[in-house]
This record gives sequence, C-alpha cells and structure tokens, in this order.
Amino acid sequence: MRSSARNRELAALIPVALLLTAGFTAVFAQEGSRLGNASVIYGAYFFALCIVTHIYLRIRLPNADPYLFPLMALLTAIGLVMVYRIDENLARDQANWFVLGLVLFALTIQLLRDYEVLERYRYTIAAVGILLLLAPRLPGIGQQVNGAYLGVKIGPIAFQPAEFSKICIVVFLASYLREHREVLIVGARRVLGVTLPPLKHFGPMLVVWGASMFMLVFIRDLGSSLMFFAAFLALLYVATGRFSFVVIGMAMFIVGAWFFATTVPHVHDRIEVWLHPYNDPQNTGYQILNSIFAQADGGLFGKGFGQGMITTPGGSTLLPAAQTDTIYSLIVNELGLFGACGLIATYLLVTARGFKVALLANDGFSKLLATGLTAVFAIQAFVIIGGVTRVIPLTGVTLPFVSYGGSSIVANFVLLALLLLVSDRARREAQEPAGRDLALGVTT
Amino acid sequence: MNRQIIKLFAFIVALFAVLVGFTSYWSVWDAKALKEQDVNKRPLFEAQQVHRGRILAADGTVIALSKPKGHGANLQYVRHYPEGALFGHPIGYSFMEYGDSEFEQFHNAELVGEESEFSTILDELTGRNREGNDIVTNLDTEAQRVALADLEEAGFGAVVAIEPSSGAIKVMASNKPYDPNRIPEEIGRLNQNDVETPLVNRATQGQRPPGSTFKVVTAAAGLESGVITPETTINAPGSIVDEGIPLDNDFTKDWGEISLDTALTNSVNTWFGQLGQKVGQNQLFETMEKFGFGSIPPIDLPSNQVEPSGVFSEGELLHRNDPVDLARLAIGQERLLATPLQMAMVSSAIANHGKLMKPQIWNRVVDPDGRTVKHLDPSQYSQPVSAKTAAELTTAMEGVVNEGTGTNAAIPGVPVAGKTGTAETPGNKACGGGENENQAWFMGFAPADEPKIAVVATVECTEEFGGDIAAPIFRDVAETILNGE
Repeated sequence: MRSSARNRELAALIPVALLLTAGFTAVFAQEGSRLGNASVIYGAYFFALCIVTHIYLRIRLPNADPYLFPLMALLTAIGLVMVYRIDENLARDQANWFVLGLVLFALTIQLLRDYEVLERYRYTIAAVGILLLLAPRLPGIGQQVNGAYLGVKIGPIAFQPAEFSKICIVVFLASYLREHREVLIVGARRVLGVTLPPLKHFGPMLVVWGASMFMLVFIRDLGSSLMFFAAFLALLYVATGRFSFVVIGMAMFIVGAWFFATTVPHVHDRIEVWLHPYNDPQNTGYQILNSIFAQADGGLFGKGFGQGMITTPGGSTLLPAAQTDTIYSLIVNELGLFGACGLIATYLLVTARGFKVALLANDGFSKLLATGLTAVFAIQAFVIIGGVTRVIPLTGVTLPFVSYGGSSIVANFVLLALLLLVSDRARREAQEPAGRDLALGVTT
Repeated sequence: MNRQIIKLFAFIVALFAVLVGFTSYWSVWDAKALKEQDVNKRPLFEAQQVHRGRILAADGTVIALSKPKGHGANLQYVRHYPEGALFGHPIGYSFMEYGDSEFEQFHNAELVGEESEFSTILDELTGRNREGNDIVTNLDTEAQRVALADLEEAGFGAVVAIEPSSGAIKVMASNKPYDPNRIPEEIGRLNQNDVETPLVNRATQGQRPPGSTFKVVTAAAGLESGVITPETTINAPGSIVDEGIPLDNDFTKDWGEISLDTALTNSVNTWFGQLGQKVGQNQLFETMEKFGFGSIPPIDLPSNQVEPSGVFSEGELLHRNDPVDLARLAIGQERLLATPLQMAMVSSAIANHGKLMKPQIWNRVVDPDGRTVKHLDPSQYSQPVSAKTAAELTTAMEGVVNEGTGTNAAIPGVPVAGKTGTAETPGNKACGGGENENQAWFMGFAPADEPKIAVVATVECTEEFGGDIAAPIFRDVAETILNGE
C-alpha cells in the first residue's frame, strides 16, 4: 500500500517532466534560433529534482498523499515555462527558488515531523504572522509597490511577508479553533433569529477581522486581506458548522471594506477601476483592460506557447506584470480557454486532494490545519484569477507556483510540506491497526 | 467536521466554476466585441504579424512585398517596394505606424487574407499562420517607367492609360513621385512639401483646368443631342462676345463657316463657344455627368484619395441649375477643373464605342497556394455617347493628330485620335507664380480604328503648349503599350 502510493507519485512525475520538456521545446521552436537539446536538459534537471524529492518522500513520508507533490510540480512546470517564455533571466531566478523551495520543503518535513508542536507555540506563531504583515510598513525595510505595501527588503534579500504570514495565521487559527470550537458552538445564542457566537470567544474573531481591515488600510493589500479573511471564515465554518457565523463575518468584512473603500483612496481606486475600467483606459484601466484583451485574443485554443504579445512591436508594455499578476491572462492568450480550464482543474485537484487529507485526518488540529492550508491556497488562486478576469477587483496576489516570485514559491512549498505531514500521519493511521508503534524506523 | 469540509469544497468548486465562466466570456463569447474596442491595440499589432500579400504588375514585376523581421511573438512583417518610386502612385504604402494609402489601403482586406470567417477558424485550428493574398494589377511596368521618365523631364504632371474595352488601368504616373520605402523616415517631410506635393497622386487628385481637351465633351454633347451633325457648319469669327467679355481664337483668326472636323483639328474657340450655347447647360451637364464629371470616379482607390471633376465654386461642385458661363465652359475654361483620370475616362469611353468601363487597377487576386480566387470582371459605368457619335468624334480627333495641333502624338504606322489642351494658369503659386505658365494636356487613344489604349498626359507649370509637351508623352506611352501587346 505504502509503496504503491509512492509508485503512483513516481508515475505521475514522469508526464510532468515530459510536459516541461515539451513546453520548453515549444518556446525554443517559437524563438527559432536555438533548437538544440537545451529543452531536454532542462527537462532532465527538473525530473532529477523531482526524483530526489520523491526519494526523500519515500523515506520520510511514505504514506503521504501521492498526488499532491506531482500536482504542485505540474504547476511549477507550467510556471517555469511561462516565465521562461517571458524572460529567461526571470526563469533562472524562478528555477533557483524552486530548488530553494524544495530545500525548505525537506527541512519542514525534517523538523516538523511531530507537527503538533506547532500548537504549543500558536501565540508565538500568530505574533510572527502579524509581525510579518506589519513589516512592509516598517521604515527602512518596507517597500511600496503600486501603492500597496507588499514587500520587505533586508540587505540583499527581498520578500513578500504576506506569503509566509498566511501559513502562520492558518496554523494559529487551526489551533485556536480546535480548542475553542466546542465553546463556540455550545455557547452560541440566538438573538433575533440569528445565531451569534458567545461574546467571550468572539474576541479572536474580531482580532482577525481587525487584522484584515488593518491590512486593507495600512498595507493597502486588498487581495491578501480578502484571502486571509476568506480562509478564516472557511475555517470558522468547518470548525463550528455554523453558517450564520460565516454570514456575520462576511457582513462585517463587506461593511468594513465598503467603509474603507469610500475613505481610503487606494482601495477606492481599485474598486473604481474594477467597476469602470473604460473610464481611464490608458492609465488606471490599462492593466485590467489589456488583461481581458489578451484573453479575448486567446479564443478556444490560444495562440500557442510563445505566440502571445506581451510588449508592443515598439517595445512598450502591452500586458503589464505578465510574469506575476496577469500570468493567467497570458496563459489564456497562449493556451486558450482549454489551457486555462486545465490550469483551473489542476488547482481544483490540489484542493480536492488537500480536503481529502483533511477528511482522513483523525484529530481536530490536523483536520483544521489541512482544511485551512488547502482553503488559503485555493482562495489565493481564486483571488488572482478572479482579479484578472474581472470577477473581483484586481490585486497583486500571486498565482501559486505559477507566478514569478520567490516568496510565493518557497512559502507554498512549506504549505505543501505541512499538508503532506498531515497526510502521512492520517493515511498511516487509517491503514494500519491502531496501537502499533510506527514512530520511526521506516527505511527502504 | 467532514460534512462542512465537503460543503466547503463544493463552494470552492462553485468559485472556480465562476472563473471558468468569466474566462469563457472574455475569451470566446465577448471576444469579437473586445477586439473591436478602440482602446484595444492588439488587432492592430497583429495585423503587422500577418504575411501581407504581394502586389504585382501585369508582367509579374513585384511592386510590393512583405519581409519578416524578428521571431516568435516579436515577428513582424515590413513592407518593401522593390521598384521604389516607380509605383509610389497609385500603389501607395502600408506601414503599421504610418498607416496606409491608395491601392494598399483599398485592397487591404484581400492583402491580409480576410476572405472568410470559416478559413480563419480553420487556420486557428490547424495552427496555420494567416497569410495574405497576392494581387496582380493591370499596370504595365515598361509603360509606367516611360511615363514617369517623360514626366520627370517635362515637369510636374500625370499620365493615365486605360484599356478602353475593360477599364484596366495600365499606367498611372504622377510627378513629383515619392519612394514608399522612405515613408517611415520621410513621411513628415513629404507631407509638408506643399509645392511638389509628392504624396498627392496628381492623376486622381490633381484637379486642373482641362483646357481644349474638354472640347471633345462639348462636341459629344452636340452630336449626341442632335444639335449638330458632322456636316453642320457654324460661323467661327475671330472673336465673339460672351457675357460681355470677348472670347477669342488664337491670333483672333476668323475661320468662317466650318464643320466639327475643322473646328476640332484647329481647336477653334469661337466655334465651340457657340456650340456650347446651342447645346445648352442642361445637355452639356448631362453628357459631362455620363462621362463621370460630378462624381468620384469608380476606381479601386480609397474615395477620399480620388477627387471628382466639374465646375467648382469655392470648392463646391456646381450643378446644372447653377449659373455658369456656358461658352467658356464649352472650351474648357470657366471654373472647370478635371483630373487626368477623368479625362482618361472621356478618352476611353469614346475609344470603346461610347461605353465607359469602370477604371480598375487590380486584375486578379491569387491566394497563397497560387489559385486565382477573384478576377476583374469588366463592368460598364455608363454610355455617354452612342457608337455612332463615338465614331464621328474619333474621325474628328484623328484630324487633330494628322494635321492639327496634335501632330506630335502621331505614331508611325498607327492611326491615332486625340486632342490637345493648353489652359493658361498665370500666377499659379504651385508654379512659382509665373505669368506664362500653362497646364498642357494631351488626351487620345490608339489605334484609332481599333483602340487598344486610351492615354491622357498633362504637364503643369509649363510655358509650352499641350501639343508640344504633352503629346510626345502620349506618343511614348501609347507606343510602349502597343509594342508590348
């Protein structure tokens, strides 16, 4: 059973590596000049990295879900090819971050084998999470990008703390809700037909709501704010089973967001552009309009790898932030509606496997942790894809594993490591009789 | 908690379904409308990535072709014109940043291959790049070369040659020419050149006083209406008074009682002035309109780059009910302006037994696989005169070349019919404001008994007469075309 799960993982990695090779070949063929064996070499490197990771998983987490890693590898492969197609130097960075991500992935698995330890430090982790969120506003290290405070730069290292913060917050919420879910359910009262959570335990909810609002106003990061709060509501719902809590939470968020949308210019502008992009097509509306025009050009089948237009023939930007925010629009442009559906299906499969982990998990913390990590991952994908397709206002959240960006890749590999840790234990406990000592000693 | 997890998953599936829905909307359902948005510059840039078809002369000489530049998404095609300035008019140019003009603009859809929706979808499915069609024109490379060389020697002006039976344009030359290859570097400078106006196609846009060539139209109106026959004589004194102002013959020569042949051969002003008055404004305008005056000629060039001919007052066309000086109009004066193309249409109609064919530059459209997908189907624009009238006019016009003002147009061994014209244009700013400047014309066709080609040549800012400076151009061009047949 255990080896069969890993064998399935290995089998799934082969088509991923072939896809990456094919993708690079397509880009090279487009560029015409260099049709050598470079794509095969890149494919081989990629496959080798995946195999090493796979062997590590075989040793450390033999029971973990066999599909999550290949699915993430698939997303990374799509990302690498797309970023390479935009700028090969960026792709080199991305490849390095992929390696760094795998290292942190392995380290996380190594160090957090008993991930319950996280529960013990939950307040510390929450504090770290909030500190990370605050960091971009700190003088000296904070960076402002497009009016939002998203980045931190310490010496030569720049990163987006929100990517790591989301994991901290999910860990904290999972731990907190595991402990307090009973009282939240039992202590709930009905007031005017609406079930309200008990006031005593309402506090932390207000804290999370406050944190989201804080992000909206001080970090000016509408996307992360939305993502965090949605993940919180998802966890609250799963923990308590009270839909009314979600409704109250949503109402609070909408009221808060509406209030700040009318008072904070940055937030207001984002929403204004979302509703009326044609008001200022050359300026504020340029990115969202060209994101949509790029999709319109894609049609059903797309223009093919490397065929889409990112810059005008004159050299100015046609699709702004193609490697980050609007990478999905470029994918629709080059791979068409079918390619985009394939990408969305991949995210959906990751989500399905993540929730499967949560379903199989035996204890509350594991369940909530897996649910929270999966939800925040899925919602992040929704926020940015929804942003570039005008479902919601466009924000600067990355498309997990696909967008160019080291913080995003590394943080998401840590997220994956946690999911696999939960999965390994859950599946092991599910398949082996209880009471047997399985603590260690699995070797091949 | 498992029930909630499953419900949460269902909710996320719903969220992703919304993403698929929106993506479908933008990429497929609303795609056409989005591509038509003014602020969407993608279609414009993509047009540059289409391999635009070639334009060829009748003999296969490549007039315009597109060469690829760059690779992949940066691939673009750039237009080249191997013959340089030779076909600058009427082919025009096509550059993404500077737009397009003339033939390139008019035939854009065929050149970029926008033939049918179906083939576009099929190309998308097969991943084949869209490729444009070639267009073979009626233009005669040698004759065009002769026409432009003669013009560059004679002065600013234009030559138009039409095959009377089909309306096929064999020559359309305009001096001052320009090299379309230089447009990206020089368009600003070319546009500002108000004196030489190299970007103006004088053949279609150069509205000039036609002078005595117009007497053929007056004669056509007289014969067609029955006011005169070839035998009718009119007394032509040295001078008549029209609207209180004397109208003189050259050297105020008194010709006495003469008929059409003598009057046309010697371009007798007082004879045609009186004929115009006899014919009346209504009939004269009707004949003019049938020849194409008063409308934009039905040629395959953008209508904003083709000017109508007629009597103008402050830039506005006058109609048959507006007051005009009829006798002076009858001899090509008054406020009458005509383009070389218009006078070529007059000549062509008479040569084609009275039937005016629509003048067309294109001949056939050839797809990338070499199949001819469309062929010029000659169509008649109007019949200004009967075959009988046309024959009578031809006889009179032969006299002009045989023994009259147009002897310089004679081609050895070939009967030629024609008419000279010399309009005085003193103080023409374009000519530098000299007092002795003329607009010299020659219009005719050959062979007179079985016309193969109708040609108009005009030279502006010259001190010479039509018979001296324009007739030799006519002869050279007509001879080149006839020798090439």
